[in-house]
Amino acid sequence: MSPSGKALPVRLSLGPIQYYWGKEKIIDFYRSVETTPIDIVYLGETVCSKRRSLRLRDWIEIAERLRSAGKEVVLSTLALLEANSELGQVRKLCGNGAFPIEANDMSAVQMLAGETNFIGGASLNIYNLRTLRKLVGMGMTRWVMPVELSQNVLADFRQEMPVAIESEVFAWGRMPIAYSARCYTARAHKVPKDACGYCCIDYPDGLMLSTREDEEFLVINGIQTQSAKAQNLVHALHGSTAGADIFRLSPQSEYTPEVISLFDQTRKGALKADAATEELKALAANDLCNGYWFNEAGMASYSATGSQ
Amino acid sequence: MELVCPAGNLPSLKAAVDNGADAVYIGFRDETNARHFAGLNFNDAQIEQCLAYARSRGTKVYVAINTYPQPGNFAKWERAVDQAAEHGVDALILADIGVMDYAAEKWPELRLHLSVQASATTHEAVRFYAEQFGVQRAVIPRVLSVKQVEALVHDSPIPIEVFGFGSLCVMVEGRCYLSSYVTGQGPNTFGACSPASFVRWSETDSNLETRLNGVLIDRVNKDEKAGYPTICKGRFIVNGETGYAIEEPTSLNTLPILPELLRIGVAAIKIEGRQRSPAYVAKVTGVMRAAIDACTRDPENFIPDEDWLSQLTSVSEGVQTTLGAYQREWQ
Repeated sequence: MSPSGKALPVRLSLGPIQYYWGKEKIIDFYRSVETTPIDIVYLGETVCSKRRSLRLRDWIEIAERLRSAGKEVVLSTLALLEANSELGQVRKLCGNGAFPIEANDMSAVQMLAGETNFIGGASLNIYNLRTLRKLVGMGMTRWVMPVELSQNVLADFRQEMPVAIESEVFAWGRMPIAYSARCYTARAHKVPKDACGYCCIDYPDGLMLSTREDEEFLVINGIQTQSAKAQNLVHALHGSTAGADIFRLSPQSEYTPEVISLFDQTRKGALKADAATEELKALAANDLCNGYWFNEAGMASYSATGSQ
Repeated sequence: MELVCPAGNLPSLKAAVDNGADAVYIGFRDETNARHFAGLNFNDAQIEQCLAYARSRGTKVYVAINTYPQPGNFAKWERAVDQAAEHGVDALILADIGVMDYAAEKWPELRLHLSVQASATTHEAVRFYAEQFGVQRAVIPRVLSVKQVEALVHDSPIPIEVFGFGSLCVMVEGRCYLSSYVTGQGPNTFGACSPASFVRWSETDSNLETRLNGVLIDRVNKDEKAGYPTICKGRFIVNGETGYAIEEPTSLNTLPILPELLRIGVAAIKIEGRQRSPAYVAKVTGVMRAAIDACTRDPENFIPDEDWLSQLTSVSEGVQTTLGAYQREWQ
């Protein structure tokens, strides 16, 4: 909602790249994004501090290009910090002076609070209004709902929310569902994290973990674990209960511009959500899911009306 | 170094107190705490009994209110805070910012600890809670190496409590949705990981299979022992190989590094296991008490007693233990 209380059209954002890609691939990826109808782009390494395809000034360069292409650009911080060197990286990012920050852990909030406005990422654990208000009081202007919360919770938030705060939901892609000290990609290669050899560069969409019945279940992405299924909330773009200002799409190694286009056509009413979902199925490596949105198991899949 | 022990019921609390706990932590009988299991935890009258027993023997009682309320149920967490405060407990262990904000405003004199579920892994994160809510101690997730714990203790504005023994969360606590992804219920929202109502054990001709909401977590031969189907301790296929892709069934055990933890200034050691039996609490508390006392007396020459180690291993998951993330190679 705008401060005047009028509903604005839903905006689309592109989340940070979750995987380890090489420099050229990242640069090409954001070139391909410049001409898409995406409104907001989140940039930066949020998973593993050892991944350094790009330096901060390379990210800023990409950020400036995207800004020139009319995109709002945000820099995202690491979700799990362990070493003081990582705190240093986050501090540097927070002090960039040109672009707003998405804080993905409380260390970043502590650095930003009272200094500058910031965006609260999905891993901040904002589960209720009192938490939200506290962070708004410290300069948070937008929050990303934790992926495990439902449309009903969002609706509850919206009823009493300070109007100046924007709500964003994770609407497309494999969901980050856990972080660890241990690197599971390195473990799959039978080496410890300190000797990982940057092996996750070989898995541009993560490494599949299946059950012993060959059900593709989770995706290993270094120290992060993701859902194998891609979350799809395209049906919520026009739902009366939706209430999100921004729908976040998570980058994948292929077809991201196509995904953006399908969400864009759907928000404009040029494509029905069911038809979009059919096309999106072909662009995802695995089945789609949306259970969290309906207050159920995240891996479950429901029709737009909530029937399984 | 304070020894903080778990109690899921009154017999466990007595076992902890009698075997040398400096403090015992408990929870209410609902989803306001992270061990929301049937038949576990305390109602109002039982808390009074707890406090009376612990106080008469000089043991502190902490109450964990360490899950995340949502807009529709926030009042329940407020009531839990009020109830604990009215009982005059020694500290609350909190995870949610909103709940902390409420507790700090309504009960400014009440001592607050930061729960491991708050997922604070740096001195900046800890500082946030200390400055905003006057939190006086932080329990940190099981993701830091000993060196990183040392740096955190050094830079933190408040004392640090670490996990010393028990079931091992390998994912950073407070931000793990594996359970809710599969079942719709997880630690943050429901206070339990892999809730029992979703667990199925089934026998085939030669195997025993364990499932969580239909997802196959492990399959063992009939003569093997099947563990509880916690997702991160299951066997899966990665790159064509079947195995414990995340972690084996194992428990954390810090006895070998106790002198290190003492030297770097860790303020308290926490034992996991409010869901475990009074016998477990008695055994682990007794061993850890003896070990901490021996280590404090003579840290230079501390060697964990063989008997202590075998006692701890006997109550460990998978009958094996690990130093977990404290040891860099584990990561």
